[in-house]
Amino acid sequence: MKSAIIVFPGTNREKDMQMAIEHVSGRAPTLVWHKETTLPECDLMVLPGGFSYGDYLRCGAMAAHSPIMKEVIARAQKGTRLLAVCNGFQMLVETGLVPGALLHNRSLKFICKQVHLRAENTSTEFTRSFSPSQVFQVPIAHGEGNYFVDADGLKAMKDNDQIAFRYCTSDGRITEDVNPNGSLENIAGVFNKEKTILGMMPHPEDSVVPHANGHEGTPLFKSIVEALV
Amino acid sequence: MTALAKQKPAIQEPAITLELAKSFGLSESEFNLVNDILGRTPTYTELGIFSVMWSEHCSYKSSRLHLKKLPTEGKCVIQGPGENAGVIDIGDGQAAVFKMESHNHPSYIEPYQGAATGVGGIMRDVFTMGARPIANLNALRFGEPSHPKTRTLVKGVVAGISGYGNCVGVPTVGGETNFHKSYNGNNLVNAMTVGIADQDKIYYARGAGVGQPIVYVGSKTGRDGIHGATMASAEFGDGNEENRPTVQVGDPFTEKLLIEACLELMQSDAIISIQDMGAAGLTSSAVEIASKGEIGVVLDLDHVPQRELNMVPYEIMLSESQERMLMILKPGSESQARAIIEKWDLDFAVIGHTTDDQRLKLNMYGECWCDIPVPPLVDQSPLYDRPSVAPKKPAALDDASYPATSSGLLGDLKTLMGCPDIASKRWIWEQYDSLVMGETIFSPGIANTQALKSGDAALVKIPNKDKALAMSSDVTPRYVEADPYEGGKQAVAESYRNITATGATPLAVTNNLNFGNPEKPEIMGQIVAALDGMGEACRALDYPIVSGNVSLYNETSGRAIQPTPAIGGVGLIADYKKSAPIAFAAEGFSVLVIGDTRGHLGQSLFLREVHGQEKGGAPAVDLAAEKKNGDFVRDLILSGLVSSCHDVSDGGLLVAVAEMAIASGIGCTLTDHSAASSFWFGEDQARYVIATDKADDILAKAHSAGISATVIGKTTGADITLLGQSVAVSDLLSINETWLPAYMSQS
Repeated sequence: MKSAIIVFPGTNREKDMQMAIEHVSGRAPTLVWHKETTLPECDLMVLPGGFSYGDYLRCGAMAAHSPIMKEVIARAQKGTRLLAVCNGFQMLVETGLVPGALLHNRSLKFICKQVHLRAENTSTEFTRSFSPSQVFQVPIAHGEGNYFVDADGLKAMKDNDQIAFRYCTSDGRITEDVNPNGSLENIAGVFNKEKTILGMMPHPEDSVVPHANGHEGTPLFKSIVEALV
Repeated sequence: MTALAKQKPAIQEPAITLELAKSFGLSESEFNLVNDILGRTPTYTELGIFSVMWSEHCSYKSSRLHLKKLPTEGKCVIQGPGENAGVIDIGDGQAAVFKMESHNHPSYIEPYQGAATGVGGIMRDVFTMGARPIANLNALRFGEPSHPKTRTLVKGVVAGISGYGNCVGVPTVGGETNFHKSYNGNNLVNAMTVGIADQDKIYYARGAGVGQPIVYVGSKTGRDGIHGATMASAEFGDGNEENRPTVQVGDPFTEKLLIEACLELMQSDAIISIQDMGAAGLTSSAVEIASKGEIGVVLDLDHVPQRELNMVPYEIMLSESQERMLMILKPGSESQARAIIEKWDLDFAVIGHTTDDQRLKLNMYGECWCDIPVPPLVDQSPLYDRPSVAPKKPAALDDASYPATSSGLLGDLKTLMGCPDIASKRWIWEQYDSLVMGETIFSPGIANTQALKSGDAALVKIPNKDKALAMSSDVTPRYVEADPYEGGKQAVAESYRNITATGATPLAVTNNLNFGNPEKPEIMGQIVAALDGMGEACRALDYPIVSGNVSLYNETSGRAIQPTPAIGGVGLIADYKKSAPIAFAAEGFSVLVIGDTRGHLGQSLFLREVHGQEKGGAPAVDLAAEKKNGDFVRDLILSGLVSSCHDVSDGGLLVAVAEMAIASGIGCTLTDHSAASSFWFGEDQARYVIATDKADDILAKAHSAGISATVIGKTTGADITLLGQSVAVSDLLSINETWLPAYMSQS
């Protein structure tokens, strides 16, 4: 699998993502600087975490209009797989490729901690290595990950099985107590209609490599690699 | 980016008088010395430059004599104090570069920006040397929880550290937070950064030659932070909030760009010498480069990128605007350097050149505003041997007269687990990204919810290697106040233990010396004795000091803080997989204490939190025992005999065991070794608690090494049981976790 990670000024989790993808796929992703206007041939594009442009306007808003993003959007619309994590997810909602918005955490504080996620749709290329409703643990690290979408949008997403992950208890229950940021219906990650794009706030890439103390993010990368060999 | 058009504004500078000099923080004798050095009255700009360079913050005039006594050399030391940060050898041609620095006064006046720029400043000290920052730590001291300002300060300081460190993308992996009434009007914010570099790519302030271009890189200069170094060198009165405009404003996004731009430029050979613009801004960076290179500097201030109109030389030279660097480039490499810096959307300007006359000359608007000989500005800076009185040792306590209360030992344990100093700081560290960069092995807290494992020190792996750096920040201010000499030793010894308890070998330290007003003999007495103790411990433990920072005048309305000489330790473990966490591994393991337990209750947390008394002497530190026990425990960990390890510190043995239990959820049945509170809560030094399934091996080894090792319990169930009484580990965890969030949620 060939992959490309887009690096914006202020991106800071590109290395975590690089290590995870290389560990699972055996092939190092290419880093692409945001001022580039062309992307290398690749099977997977990644928008990684960080604080692109300092998050000074609105998280992800500036990056969504970077030169390279035209090409990313065009490729994604043609079906090249796109994984967008944390700040990348914030950019993704700004582009409109997936529905919704990411608001300030309910606590108004940045939160870094391990959370449990439940895989809500395991028939996609991003999630097929998870068993149905599998619970897995990965960290979050964000200040603005409170997912919101209007009622019609939510209904459409449910009708299309677009909800990828929900925050849950260690035994898979969806409760308000374990909702770390106030996200609507504990939504932690969403697909586009075609399931070729995944956006999520948590960091599966930080739970993959051998020296990480948890490895439960691995099935996500395994799914992608097996689908895109 | 184009600089603002410069037309000479109408400049009305005040007349140069002794009163003006005093308002700049210079004494009468210092002002007279300035006149003598110049052979004339200084200009307004020159007076400003002398005053910041001779401030306590920049000149170390009260502490320099005593700092010289600290050991700064050792086999791992590549660069000791005197550069932007210390540098040590960590093998494979790599170096660790680190330093700790205070931002106390700014953080009290404007908590968010004060703390944020503290983090930014210390990171710049590290990447200025060519190192990529890989970890941040912080040591925070706040006033008593009931003080009306404490909550707001905690909230602002933590948000500032979080806002800056998270954005820059360097993990915040450790630290400490204490509360005490002596910090009511003067909190402490000490930030530490550790970076790594290739030994052949380390950059220094020294080395500049004659006829080389001087380049300004980073953010534009504004009017923020003017005279910040002077403010940081003065006592507070009540109502110092009016100093807010002297607090700088941080921009972590620009810092991130600056890191990437500098590290990219450093891959070429364009940079000869580099200095960040920290305290005293352009003044200290220019003087530093001139002084270290024994050269002169001419700056054309018109070319300094400015973000405000009509700035005058005085303002440009004294501004502490953040995220700026000064570089001396190899002549001819300017365009190559400009291309890299501008790729990162940062300002790049050639603002002057070096000369052979050892003078600092500043031109602007076609006039010369400053012409100072550099050597006397630096070498003749005041040096004070301030009078000191040796601190009196408090009377020793009768340890037996402070028994457990009617709640029993386990009831008192609950009190301790929920007291502000021991209570979980999760509310704080969950706001820090401790995982970014993907190399964190042990992250903050006891019952860890970030990296999932915690150790006595933070542990961060070196990319593409198995080796990892252990890092810790330590000092016990109440010991230092009671006995500055033993307390100074103890800060170093505890750092040594915390690094050792992970399995790492302690290599070197940075220090951050926070004290009150050195013009008071009793405060000076604390400084002298604490440094003596610190120096002795560093020598005995082969743990040299490679960098540091001094913060004096930590007083408000004449009330000094508890003396707080914080130690930031760094150690190395060859294989992170051999490290020992705090948490018990499984049931059925023996729990041992290594080291002698005598039952010292003086200045213990038990005495303070359970009996409400702050008295007695600090525990004595036997440095030979620290070394011997530390080497013994480290060998046990590296040979795989120990599954978990925790040093014994605040709260003594019972708190150490309880922390190992709450980190794992596994209980422990303790032996009926003693019913004395002094045995379970005494804070004797040089001790570790370990858990093992090979107790017999360890006891035999300890016996032949002449080291005290005692089995005190066995891991089992979900309770801690002692003398027939039990407490659920989950209750202890909940007590430990409840205090801070409950406190912070009150308004």
